Amino acid sequence: MIGGLFIYNHKGEVLISRVYRDDIGEAGLKAEQPIISRSVPKPVSCLKRNAVDAFRVNVIHARQQVRSPVTNIARTSFFHVKRSNIWLAAVTKQNVNATMVFEFLYKMCDVMSAYFGKISEENVKNNFVLIYELLDEILDFGYPQNSETGALKTFITQQGIKSQVPTKEEQSQITSQVTGQIGWRREGIKYRRNELFLDVLESVNLLMSPQGQVLSAHVSGRVVMKSYLSGMPECKFGMNDKIVIDKQGKGGGSEEAAKSGKQSIAIDDCTFHQCVRLSKFDSERSISFIPPDGDYELMRYRTTKDIILPFRVIPLVREVGRTKLEVKVVIKSNFKSSLLAQKIEVRIPTPLNTSGVQLICMKGKAKYKASENAIVWKIKRMAGMKESQISAEIELLPTNDKKKWARPPISMNFEVPFAPSGLKVRYLKVFEPKLNYSDHDVIKWVRYIGRSGIYETRC
Amino acid sequence: MCDFPFFSLVCTGEIFELKAELNSDKKEKKKEAVKKVIASMTVGKDVSALFPDVVNCMQTDNLELKKLVYLYLMNYAKSQPDMAIMAVNTFVKDCEDPNPLIRALAVRTMGCIRVDKITEYLCEPLRKCLKDEDPYVRKTAAVCVAKLHDINAQLVEDQGFLDTLKDLISDSNPMVVANAVAALSEIAESHPNSNLLDLNPQTINKLLTALNECTEWGQIFILDCLANYTPRDDRESQSICERVTPRLSHANSAVVLSAVKVLMKFMEMLPKDLDYYGTLLKKLAPPLVTLLSAEPELQYVALRNINLIVQRRPEILKHEMKVFFVKYNDPIYVKLEKLDIMIRLASQANIAQVLAELKEYATEVDVDFVRKAVRAIGRCAIKVEQSAERCVSTLLDLIQTKVNYVVQEAIVVIKDIFRKYPNKYESVIATLCENLDSLDEPEARAAMIWIVGEYAERIDNADELLESFLEGFHDESTQVQLQLLTAIVKLFLKKPTETQELVQQVLSLATQDSDNPDLRDRGYIYWRLLSTDPVAAKEVVLAEKPLISEETDLIEPTLLEELICHIGTLASVYHKPPSAFVEGSRGVQHKRLPGSAGSGESADSPDTGSAAGVSEAPPAVIPSQGDLLGDLLNLDLTPPTTSGPPPAPSSGMQMGAMDLLGGGLDSLVGLLHMGAGFGAPPTAMPASFPPPVSGGLDDLFDLGGSVGMPMGAYSPPKSIWLPAMKAKGLEISGTFARRAGVIQMEMTLTNKAMSIMTDFAIQFNRNSFGLAPAGPLQVLTPVGPNQSIEVALPLSTVGPVMKMEPLTNLQVAVKNNIDVFYFSSQYPISMLFVEDGKMERQVFLATWKDIPNDNEAQFQIKDCHLNSDAASSKLQGSNVFTIAKRTVEGQDMLYQSMKLTNGIWVLAELRVQAGNPNYTVSTVVVGLCEFMSLVSSLRLSSDLINNFYPVKTVVFN
Repeated sequence: MIGGLFIYNHKGEVLISRVYRDDIGEAGLKAEQPIISRSVPKPVSCLKRNAVDAFRVNVIHARQQVRSPVTNIARTSFFHVKRSNIWLAAVTKQNVNATMVFEFLYKMCDVMSAYFGKISEENVKNNFVLIYELLDEILDFGYPQNSETGALKTFITQQGIKSQVPTKEEQSQITSQVTGQIGWRREGIKYRRNELFLDVLESVNLLMSPQGQVLSAHVSGRVVMKSYLSGMPECKFGMNDKIVIDKQGKGGGSEEAAKSGKQSIAIDDCTFHQCVRLSKFDSERSISFIPPDGDYELMRYRTTKDIILPFRVIPLVREVGRTKLEVKVVIKSNFKSSLLAQKIEVRIPTPLNTSGVQLICMKGKAKYKASENAIVWKIKRMAGMKESQISAEIELLPTNDKKKWARPPISMNFEVPFAPSGLKVRYLKVFEPKLNYSDHDVIKWVRYIGRSGIYETRC
Repeated sequence: MCDFPFFSLVCTGEIFELKAELNSDKKEKKKEAVKKVIASMTVGKDVSALFPDVVNCMQTDNLELKKLVYLYLMNYAKSQPDMAIMAVNTFVKDCEDPNPLIRALAVRTMGCIRVDKITEYLCEPLRKCLKDEDPYVRKTAAVCVAKLHDINAQLVEDQGFLDTLKDLISDSNPMVVANAVAALSEIAESHPNSNLLDLNPQTINKLLTALNECTEWGQIFILDCLANYTPRDDRESQSICERVTPRLSHANSAVVLSAVKVLMKFMEMLPKDLDYYGTLLKKLAPPLVTLLSAEPELQYVALRNINLIVQRRPEILKHEMKVFFVKYNDPIYVKLEKLDIMIRLASQANIAQVLAELKEYATEVDVDFVRKAVRAIGRCAIKVEQSAERCVSTLLDLIQTKVNYVVQEAIVVIKDIFRKYPNKYESVIATLCENLDSLDEPEARAAMIWIVGEYAERIDNADELLESFLEGFHDESTQVQLQLLTAIVKLFLKKPTETQELVQQVLSLATQDSDNPDLRDRGYIYWRLLSTDPVAAKEVVLAEKPLISEETDLIEPTLLEELICHIGTLASVYHKPPSAFVEGSRGVQHKRLPGSAGSGESADSPDTGSAAGVSEAPPAVIPSQGDLLGDLLNLDLTPPTTSGPPPAPSSGMQMGAMDLLGGGLDSLVGLLHMGAGFGAPPTAMPASFPPPVSGGLDDLFDLGGSVGMPMGAYSPPKSIWLPAMKAKGLEISGTFARRAGVIQMEMTLTNKAMSIMTDFAIQFNRNSFGLAPAGPLQVLTPVGPNQSIEVALPLSTVGPVMKMEPLTNLQVAVKNNIDVFYFSSQYPISMLFVEDGKMERQVFLATWKDIPNDNEAQFQIKDCHLNSDAASSKLQGSNVFTIAKRTVEGQDMLYQSMKLTNGIWVLAELRVQAGNPNYTVSTVVVGLCEFMSLVSSLRLSSDLINNFYPVKTVVFN
């Protein structure tokens, strides 16, 4: 299991180090150990320094770009993830579950941001006591333990442990929640207004050939919820999943099936928050759960069939001699004309030896950004079924570089108020048998947002 | 730095200051001081001097302060063991605290204090905590047992903690169960043979129930543990699979991959015609694809695993090619992995798309990625015949870009394409020749030279081209030098008139001016060939080469099976068995996939040692792995891929150094076993043969027992080496025999296909004893459908040597008009005993005494009813000579010697007790200086010899 965990700043200085097992830092790494002219036996911290240094020297200060997120130095394996300027590294000498280590590192980032916001050097330094406390709780002898922020916040607070001694009931409530079946929710939550916010957030990904052929396209979506519900409510979520609708169609009238069959979508795969009863989904394909309190991500899904591609990009690049390039890009919006797309940005890469660019666009603003080697064309709003165009003349410096320009793809960003996968929420039912509020008393808000993921067209 | 008061420097003065603050009466001041101490500790400053002062702060009601002090304790207790005892009291007290959070904190910290003296005091509190009423304390205590075991395993066993831990598997709280499973799994790993994690259907059921209820991490522990279980039958296997599949929809990728691991393993047991089997296959694809939308680091791990899964079960992802297309912004490590998988999934159906993509990638920026993409185009050409033409034209386009590394990479792969499709694309040679000057990497130069030599007759100025390379002959790498030598000899054989001078020049460069033995020897061979028999030279050098196979980089099947059992873990990321990167006993256990449904025996016995491995090993089809393939196919002695003197053991690269050593030792013991086994007539286990060992034993016995039968060397019965299914209808069964001093490979070739088979040829891979065919395979008439033909192939022992695993393994390639097939078989070691293996009595005596004890191996031969004389004469037939006989207390002691073809002597003492059918044999191995010279003439590097014969060799004259 995980032998130790370190947090570094961008210079490679250690901000946090927690060693769970002695084995790391010994053996092969010993050679690099600094000489300590003291006769006391070397404390563990000295041993761990080797691992710390090995990672700094071989990964953070490595000249090359990082070639792998897993590095093996002298039989010690380092897993790392980077958040802005901060490196998180887990160290081990055993054959650990690598997927689990990375999942844990992400989870740790989530927990830290839930406690103190952005993970920056300053925040880490200011909260180091808290981080140690968290590490003690969520990782025991290298085994991840309960890491749900909701549960952690009941007994680890930013001001340190709750200073007043908790009552016996409170204590047992904490421990049963941390270890219990429903580790993500505590009992006795009360709201005056029971409210639910449900966001369907989708990112649509596309790779298109210059000729307009779809090379790959998929939507990865998330259902993100905010729930402010009293008690321990039992929720049931339904959407226009093809499998469910077809099944119902068989049982019910065929008319309805034909009607709704058109609107149902085929979900390639989905994953759920741990509150969802997976075995129930597997057998009945129904999504039932007791929600955590506050924000959480209920599910993720992926679809590849019948995706609505909100925009089509048509590039035209012409090389005029060795020192000039003519680029014309047309974008077409492909959705209901009553809807408005926002925050549209088209990024057209330019060669490294560009000396000047002349731009003409019908709509929005376009700018050549030399530092990014790209023309950035921004349009604030655009309705459906419209079309817009930009043309650019790029002047090039003559070079004797034999290598051709790689022509990176044209990428696009946008936001549309519908779900490109076609997903629709059919219902979200809430039952709380013990408290006296019913499904009708809950105020529910549903919103669809489709964003561009990696939306690229080769040119 | 002043923004972060805790991170300021600690100098000696400050230590005093801290000391004062730590001893202050004010709680707040104390706490701040401890914080400062921890901060210094974090950045690596030594604050161990403050130990007593910090420990003094331990007895406090303030939980936060307590936690800080504990943190300090964990770090420094080891350096101050005596002081650490001061803390024990507090721990014991805290374990009785009414607050479960404090009890848990105490038991958690306790285990992290790795001081032997203390551990004893901690047993009682731990015992209480394991039975605590609060689950939070119990789950912490469960992990603490693992911690304690790490410090003092004996103590944990003596105190009976393991039983308590086992009881926790039935705990009512799922998280306690999960932690207990994790702890037990870890402890079990360091006791490979203990039955600690006694997995039976009842416990499995408990685990599966807990699986639905515990946290995501707990689910991982449980799934990883489940993966070690071998179900009793396919029905149990199916029911477990059914209960694990819902996990595939979990948001945590580790849960998903661990579930995939369990399913991949248990699927082996399901009958393939079962409906559920197909359903399961379909269910596996979507979650694997979903993993690719995770964060890049996870994608990387997932891709490395998918690479394994695709090799084991290509059907799962065969329709998902598109998701592996590289995105422009993917990190480089993700790109490279995706490329690998794309090639694996490439087929006729999707090749057009794949090629278009690869062409796109070849214009990217990252050099490694571009190279790999170019190479991938070549691999597509070799894999999908229909696409070859398009691939070649794509490669030509790329060569036109003149980007140096692209051109070089393209030339290397074009050479392979020539090998696969001879006489088809030679028209491109002219284009290749234009780029001769830009090649600066050895591999590309060697490839180009090979092409020039191979097609010398079609290149008008081949001599000029080769001559230009010759100028800097001594600055070239060995690879290029060897290639150049061969190419010029080829050229000479094709155009003898104009190139005589050139060939003389290169031969003298290679033989006289070079200190590389490889090069020199090859030079001499050519020279002699050319000067004695040019016709033979032509036959040898210009022999027709067999085609190369499609998949050249598959992971060796047994390793693949092991890695499938390690899905999700580091082993699957490195594509190495855990023993290659984990120290000590942990993880050295080899895991295997369970046997398929129907076969009663479970092949799940981990690490049964080489003896069992030997007798079990079926004549497996050899993996066509890079260098190995190169060797097998090297009919003209010009390895296109391998070069350089030390012939690396075939799978060494993947098995890692440790394995090599360990394996070497094992196989030596195995060798002794076999050797002596043959020495003693009654046993003579056909050590390495597939038919059941006991059967072989009987055979030999029969042979020995039947009176009047001519005494001949033992030869095992024929067995099937290459089943017809794996060789497009060609079935080969065979055996080895030693007849009149000549080793023979006797084979029956059966044609079970519909068409006629002709053009048979055979080739061996390098092997432990240098076995090589002494002549071509004599199959003169075509073999019609359903016809069999018997062939005896005389073998010589002067071929190239490489240590095999097991030692007597022989990898063979057989070619016919249809394809090239690979199989491996094992020969009885007795075949290698030479006729002059009788040692003189005095020499024997002296040698026997001289040999150190650790060269000796002993074992028993069971159930043998011959008397010593009969045994002795029987053995003589197999060239095991009895030097002396002694009778002590009713026991006959036979002293015997035998000599292997490579000059190694084996001495044996055979003890026969009248009436007792069990014999005892002691064997020793002796090396002769003759052997050393033989070896050196084969240019084995010295460390290879050590691996070869780890038993100390005694040299005498």
